[in-house]
Amino acid sequence: MSLLSKKSMGFVKDPLMDNNPIATQVLGICSALAVTVQLQTAIVMSVAVITVLAFSNVLISLIRNAVPSNIRIIVQLAIIATLVILVDQVLKAYLYDISKQLSVFVGLIITNCIVLGRAEAFALQNKPWPSFLDGIGNGLGYSMILITVAFGRELLGSGTLFGFHVIPEAAYAAGYQNMGLMVLAPGAFILLGLIIWVQRTITGTVAD
Amino acid sequence: MANKPRITKAYTLGFAAAVTMVCSILLASAATLLKDKQTQNVELDIKYNILSVLGLVHSHDMGPDELFKLYDEKVKSFVVDLQGNQVSDAKAEDIDPRKQPNLLPVFAKQEGAEITAYCLPTQGKALWSTVKGYIALEKDLNTVKGITFYSHGETPGLGGEIEKEWFTEMFKGKKILNAQGDIVSIEVVKGKLRPDEKDLEHKVDGISGATLTGNGLNQFIKATLEKYEPYFNSVREVTS
Repeated sequence: MSLLSKKSMGFVKDPLMDNNPIATQVLGICSALAVTVQLQTAIVMSVAVITVLAFSNVLISLIRNAVPSNIRIIVQLAIIATLVILVDQVLKAYLYDISKQLSVFVGLIITNCIVLGRAEAFALQNKPWPSFLDGIGNGLGYSMILITVAFGRELLGSGTLFGFHVIPEAAYAAGYQNMGLMVLAPGAFILLGLIIWVQRTITGTVAD
Repeated sequence: MANKPRITKAYTLGFAAAVTMVCSILLASAATLLKDKQTQNVELDIKYNILSVLGLVHSHDMGPDELFKLYDEKVKSFVVDLQGNQVSDAKAEDIDPRKQPNLLPVFAKQEGAEITAYCLPTQGKALWSTVKGYIALEKDLNTVKGITFYSHGETPGLGGEIEKEWFTEMFKGKKILNAQGDIVSIEVVKGKLRPDEKDLEHKVDGISGATLTGNGLNQFIKATLEKYEPYFNSVREVTS
C-alpha cells in the first residue's frame, strides 16, 4: 500500500465529514464547550489533541501484537496520559499564557473519549501508518468543529477574532451589543447543535 | 496474528512493568528538561504583573531579560509583619500567603532613594474561585495606583470581566481612607454608580451579573488593606 494512496487518504478524510467524531459520534463535547470562548485557545487545544491522537495511535499500533488483551485499556491509558502530560509540560514551558487559559483542559484530553476510542477501535487492529493517518484525521475533524464553534463564539460573544476587534465601533454606537450568552457554555451548545444540524443535512446521517 | 505471544500472568506483569518504566522515564526526563523554562515563566508572569500594576510596563512586548532587569532596577521588595515591622530574613518573592499568613510582602517602586508607590499581593474567595491579584498604592498610601487580577476561575464574560482593563481602570485614583484616616477600602457596588452617590471616591461600578464576584473582591481587598495598615501607619507617621 503506497503511503498516500486513495485508501490512506480515506483515513484522513472520512472523520472530517462523514464520520466526524464530534458531529456524528458526539464525542469530546466537554472540551468543545470549555475551550471555545476564544479562537486562540481553541487552536492550541486542537493542535494538542491532534498531536496526542496521532502519537497515541502510532504507539498503540506498534505494540498491538504484544499487549495482553486483559490489561490493554490500562496500557492505552498509560500511553495516552504520558503523551498528554508531555504536551502539557511543553505548553507550560513555551506557551505559558495560553496554557494558563487552557488550565485543566489540556490534562483532560486524557479523558477525551476520541483518543481512547480511536486507540481501541482503530489502532489495536491496524498498522502504524494507517493508525497515524486515522489519528490525524480524527484530530482534524475535532479541530474543525472546535475552531468553527470558537469563531462563532468569539465573534458574537466578544466582537473579536484572535483578540482583535472586528465589529466596528460604529456598530456599537448604533446599538449593537455583544451576545453575553455566547461566552457561556450554553452558547457553545447552541452553536454546536446548529453545526451538527448543518453537517447531518449535508452528509445525510440519520441517528438510529 | 501468528506470532501472538502466549499470555501468561508473568508476561502480563512484565508487560505492565515495562510500559510503566518507559512512561515514567519519559515523563521524568521531560519534567527535568523543561523545569527551568517553566519556573522562569512563572517568575516572569509574577514580575510582569507587579511591574504593570506599578505602571512600569504596559504590554507583553518586552523580552524576559529586559523585564527582569527592569524589575531589579525599579522594584525593591521586602517583607513586613502584622505589627508593621520589617522582617529581614524573608524574601518577598518566596512568601506563600497560605502557609505564611503573618508575613506580608511589599513590592515598592523606587526612584532613587525614594519609594514612590507600593504594590501588595491580594487574594481571596470570590464566587467560584480564589482570585489572585495585586493592588498598588501611591506614595500617600491612600490613593489607588492600579489593580490587577491575574488568576481566577470566575465565569467568563461575567465575573471573569474583573481581569479586563475597563474594570481595573476604574480603581485608579480611588481612596482607601476616609476623612478620619480609617480604612474603608474600595467597594464594588451592585450595578452602576449614580452620580449623586455618597463616598464616590471609595466606590466603583459593579459588573451586571457578577454581584457576588464583586462582593468577594470587596471582602478580600479590605482584609488585605487592613493587614497592611500597621505598616502603612508607621510609614505615614514618618513622612508626615
